[in-house]
Amino acid sequence: MKKKYDIEVDCANCANKMEEAAKKTQGVKNAIVNFMALKMEVEFDEGADHKSIMKQVLANCKKVEDDCEIYI
Amino acid sequence: MNKKQKKALKKIIISIACLIVIKVSEIFLDYENLYIFGLPGGRLLLFLLYMVPYLVVGYDILKKAAKGIANRQVFDENFLMAVATIGAIIVALAYGSDYTEAVAVMLFYQIGELFQSIAVGKSRRNISNLMDIRPDYANIEEDGELKQTDPDEVAVGSIIVVRPGEKIPIDGIVTEGTSMINTAALTGESVPRDVKANDHVISGCINMSGVLHIRTEKEFGESTASKILDLVENAASRKSKSENFISKFAKYYTPAVCCSALALAVIPPVIALLLGRDANLGNWIYRALTFLVISCPCALVISIPLSFFAGIGGASSNGILVKGSNYLEALSTTGTVVFDKTGTMTKGVFEVTDVCTSGQYDITREKLIEYVALAECDSNHPISVSLKNAYNKEIDRDRVHDIEELSGHGIKAKVDNKTLLVGNERLMRSEGIAVTPPGTIGTLVYVAVEGIYAGCIVISDVIKEHAKEAIDSLHSVGVKNTVMLTGDIKAVADDVAKKLGIKAVYSELLPADKVAKVEELISSGSGDGKLAFVGDGINDAPVLSRADIGIAMGALGSDAAIEAADIVLMDDDPLKISKAIRIAKKCMRIVYENTAFAIGVKLICLLLGALGIANMWVAIFADVGVMVIAVLNAIRALFVKKI
Repeated sequence: MKKKYDIEVDCANCANKMEEAAKKTQGVKNAIVNFMALKMEVEFDEGADHKSIMKQVLANCKKVEDDCEIYI
Repeated sequence: MNKKQKKALKKIIISIACLIVIKVSEIFLDYENLYIFGLPGGRLLLFLLYMVPYLVVGYDILKKAAKGIANRQVFDENFLMAVATIGAIIVALAYGSDYTEAVAVMLFYQIGELFQSIAVGKSRRNISNLMDIRPDYANIEEDGELKQTDPDEVAVGSIIVVRPGEKIPIDGIVTEGTSMINTAALTGESVPRDVKANDHVISGCINMSGVLHIRTEKEFGESTASKILDLVENAASRKSKSENFISKFAKYYTPAVCCSALALAVIPPVIALLLGRDANLGNWIYRALTFLVISCPCALVISIPLSFFAGIGGASSNGILVKGSNYLEALSTTGTVVFDKTGTMTKGVFEVTDVCTSGQYDITREKLIEYVALAECDSNHPISVSLKNAYNKEIDRDRVHDIEELSGHGIKAKVDNKTLLVGNERLMRSEGIAVTPPGTIGTLVYVAVEGIYAGCIVISDVIKEHAKEAIDSLHSVGVKNTVMLTGDIKAVADDVAKKLGIKAVYSELLPADKVAKVEELISSGSGDGKLAFVGDGINDAPVLSRADIGIAMGALGSDAAIEAADIVLMDDDPLKISKAIRIAKKCMRIVYENTAFAIGVKLICLLLGALGIANMWVAIFADVGVMVIAVLNAIRALFVKKI
């Protein structure tokens, strides 16, 4: 399953860091952060609960870049 | 400016003000020999004073750097800046030199960041304005009153009302009202279109003059406007080779520079010590710090994706939708363009292109068309329709009698009490009438009046107005091969190709043959750049997806084509193909310029820094200056109206 989220982040490199962090989160199959459009597209593992995973994704992103936001 | 940017600006201004106050106070006060309460605290006081502007402007960076280290994501620009400035302060503290440079590095870095943030935000807004087709609401009539509804909640088949000045929110068919609609946001075409009852309208167009009642045919999410917005928003997710190269480059580059900086700070002094000379540690550390400031990869990291983003945005404002930066990159190296004929190079509509009289029967060309149109008045065959269109007057059925359709041959009828035969050569032969075919190629309709061959009407698919120009301009933008594929017969195909100046033509192909042909062309012409296939999306979805770049034209409303194609031309003007290539070329040129400029300047400055020629101020230029120039250059990709 794929879902798209609006995000808030300041720089292109920070967006790359968010992408890395999201990819490493348990239950996330793939993540693409589009800095220019300020969107994050997350592909979840089959049958995963996307709400709780996104909370974890946000926490992981905050860890690497505390100035970021994902509108879940 | 948003909140964050305003805050950053405030910090920068406060910091600059502090710096000025300190500088002025230095003129009047001799801090070196200043005694506070009888103690020699002048130098300490000066240090503390300088720390004020430094921390005001650099606190965030220090915090982020510390956080990065804590999370083991050490090497980023925050780290570079933190180490460089703290190092510079320590050197200044130890050797009694100036703190200004350290503060300036941080200050200019933040100014650069602010500029970048404003520039990116601005182009982001620019592009969303260009693509301002997202409808916010749909009007639904309830008890005689209009109610604004979320377009997502409108069911298929509902009647929506669009008032003048409003956007059509959902694709549908007009049930009531006439108006002009502006399709510029979708097609780049500025001439408004007239619509009336039973016309199809697509979402994203602006209703200009009258109230329209529309029966929706799709859900909002499936409507053209939503599809197009989706497509543009997803575009940047398909990253080009250049973008991937830059992110990889940045990954190795920053740690490499940090290590070299460390080496620069340690190795020469150690060697000097071993050789028994003065280590000159402060000097080497200073050089290493300049190194760090120069090396900041921001210019590259931001300007390359920004160039692509601007390029894709600029293209979409011209009615050219590019589904990803990788396609823009591929398009710029197009060597072969393959066309479908019908609907791409020709209008796909049959029209009367020539009328010739035989001279055996006394009749004018206008009269000939009039007779034929009258004889064909009951038929709905495409050829009959084009004949009636050519006549373009009201048909008086009282003048026509005894219509007889001769299947596979044509029509026999009495018009103004004269016996008319209208049909193909076979009809004429069976009636024993000799005909002379004209030299023109197309479908021929022969006419005999009272048993005498009167003339012949040529009907053919019309070549689009800009088709020839389009081919010429493709050749002029560096496309080496132009190829036309068609299911049509050889004579017609060869004729069209010759008129347009297309180099190769393959006719009488079935859809499957087209795929095979494209594969053959790809494998045989691999050295000549990428192969683009242009089709109208009808029956050629497999070919669109097989080609390196699939271009669908006039694809508004055709979902299959929008899905299968990599680039979608919103209207059906073939000139847009070369325009798309020119936009891609301009965008790629900017990408290369920025890459070469940023890496070049940085390498030169790094070298000068290592040799001790470049000081901290040069380093600041190499970092912030290069970034500003690269960003401004990247934004240029947005302006493609006139290429």
